[in-house]
Amino acid sequence: MHMVGILTTLAWRNLWRNHRRTLIMLAAVILGTWAMIFMTALMRGMVTQMIQDGISALPGHIQVHHPEYRDDPSVANLISISDTELAAKFEAADIAHWATRVRVPAVITSEYESRGITLLGVDPDRERGLTFVDYDEVEGRFLESTEDTGIVIGKKLAKMLNTRVGKRVVVMSQDPDNEIADRGFRVVGLFTANVSAFEEAFIFAGKSTTQKLLRIDDQVSELIVFGDDYRNVEALYDKVSAIVDSRVEVRRWFEVDAYLGAMLTIMDGFVFVWIIVIFLALSFGLVNTLVMAVFERVREIGLMLALGMKPVYILGQIIIESMMLLVIGLVLGTALSWAAIQPIKDGIDISIVGEGLDMWGMSSVLYPDLLLRDVILANVVVLVLGFFASLAPAWRAAHYEPVAALTKV
Amino acid sequence: MTAVRCVDLCKTYRQGDENIKALDHVSIEIDAGGFVCLSAPSGGGKTTLLNAIGGLDKPDSGEVYIAGQRIDNLSKGERANLRLRQIGFVFQAFNLIPVLTARENVEFVMQVQGVPADDRGKKALATLEEVGLAGLEDRLPADMSGGQQQRVAVARAIVSRPALVLADEPTANLDSKTADGLIELFRVLNERHSTTFVIATHDQRVMSYAKRLISMLDGRIVDDIEQNAT
Repeated sequence: MHMVGILTTLAWRNLWRNHRRTLIMLAAVILGTWAMIFMTALMRGMVTQMIQDGISALPGHIQVHHPEYRDDPSVANLISISDTELAAKFEAADIAHWATRVRVPAVITSEYESRGITLLGVDPDRERGLTFVDYDEVEGRFLESTEDTGIVIGKKLAKMLNTRVGKRVVVMSQDPDNEIADRGFRVVGLFTANVSAFEEAFIFAGKSTTQKLLRIDDQVSELIVFGDDYRNVEALYDKVSAIVDSRVEVRRWFEVDAYLGAMLTIMDGFVFVWIIVIFLALSFGLVNTLVMAVFERVREIGLMLALGMKPVYILGQIIIESMMLLVIGLVLGTALSWAAIQPIKDGIDISIVGEGLDMWGMSSVLYPDLLLRDVILANVVVLVLGFFASLAPAWRAAHYEPVAALTKV
Repeated sequence: MTAVRCVDLCKTYRQGDENIKALDHVSIEIDAGGFVCLSAPSGGGKTTLLNAIGGLDKPDSGEVYIAGQRIDNLSKGERANLRLRQIGFVFQAFNLIPVLTARENVEFVMQVQGVPADDRGKKALATLEEVGLAGLEDRLPADMSGGQQQRVAVARAIVSRPALVLADEPTANLDSKTADGLIELFRVLNERHSTTFVIATHDQRVMSYAKRLISMLDGRIVDDIEQNAT
């Protein structure tokens, strides 16, 4: 420990001996760190948005279905769950955000066109904030109760059907006896969605109205439950499993939508690979800087060895020098990334360059997602790999023969 | 008491296709408190002998003893420790660590030895004063003259009060006045602290100060005389 002071002093002062070279290397580390963190935040934001849009449109964090629903998502596979009973149980389990839905394939017809859609029979009070529809942005109005006889459709679908608020459409599906179940609805609202494909695919009707249409009494297609964090749903899954009937199937969002689930895993892997690739580019500069620094100081290192300094301290000095350079670069690079994200944290409109993004379930507004764990990962990877990259020049310096080093020309 | 004893030392270097005998069956004994000059023309073997005595280099054969302890068979680490604790070095050039001030350079060896900060600070300042550099302790080597730098190196060599100081061509890069001052300093320190000085040089002025002059040629000792120092 008595050597830490002198090794740190030597490392720090040696770092600034050739300040131009150090500043260039520092700039490279800062830029590399910025690229790691900033670009990761953008990519992570894209995937997070995709997952959140996907979750709000489809699965919630946890979904409960009839066991056969996965293979046949029709009116034939419904579950009997009472909202009144659920409300009491979920309140006791401290679960605030949940809703039951009727969700069936259907056809919507205007006087001009017909389209295949998914009919969602919802409780508008429970759905507020859970779906992708912002009630306040709806042209006209959103549904007011489960008994509402109006219908809310997407703006794109309205355009396709050549209809508008106030006009009537017919929605047709099948009841459990495979008989046609249809009725006319007045369009009361047109919604917009971040993912424009949702505007074409979903229509909303009151849950009770839909149940009457389909002649399914108080049965529903699904129960969806939201927790606080889509990345951590295990505790919620356990709570919901304990509450619902054992004859139903409880699934996490990534089981319901395997594509979205895979995106999360792929993103984690991609972030790691991205950081490693940037570091590899950095490491060439780092090793070169250290090799040059050692090469320029051969006689000085020989002198220290001749005076009785142990090789391990020479090794330590070079590694401390490298770590100092990296730590300064990482701190400034992380700060720069944070500063660069602040002006765009409320979203960047990428619709100009992202035509067709919704095909992949992506939103046209990109929200950077700066995660602490990504920042830590980038910093730890650079420090750990930087340590190993520094070992070669440091090892070389530590193993000079004092006499040979002192007489090196 | 014998400070240094070398027995039948041989060392051969390979230079191209040629084998150069840097030490050819060299045996010497140096008493504690001695002030000895090794003189030889370039390539005569004086630096090789000095390096063998200081444990910086291993002879091919023969034995080296410092204060009665055989050192030629020690490991690299043990020899480093011996240099750290028992021997002070003054080299011809590149003698100081450029990023450390005069005081820090003098403290360096003590710091490696693990001497507490207060103690080494006091000793460093006292030793710098002893070598005539009071007031210059915060200067970097680049801001000092060659003679001042060599004095700092001498201060560093003696600050831990080693029994033996080895100096390799310490006056080679100095003007005559500065060289005289440095050698005078060596002699004062030799007398004041009874430190054994072994100086490799081909500088006649340095030789004239020595109590004992060992002359070498082609790796062999050709003359070994006691003399009245001027």
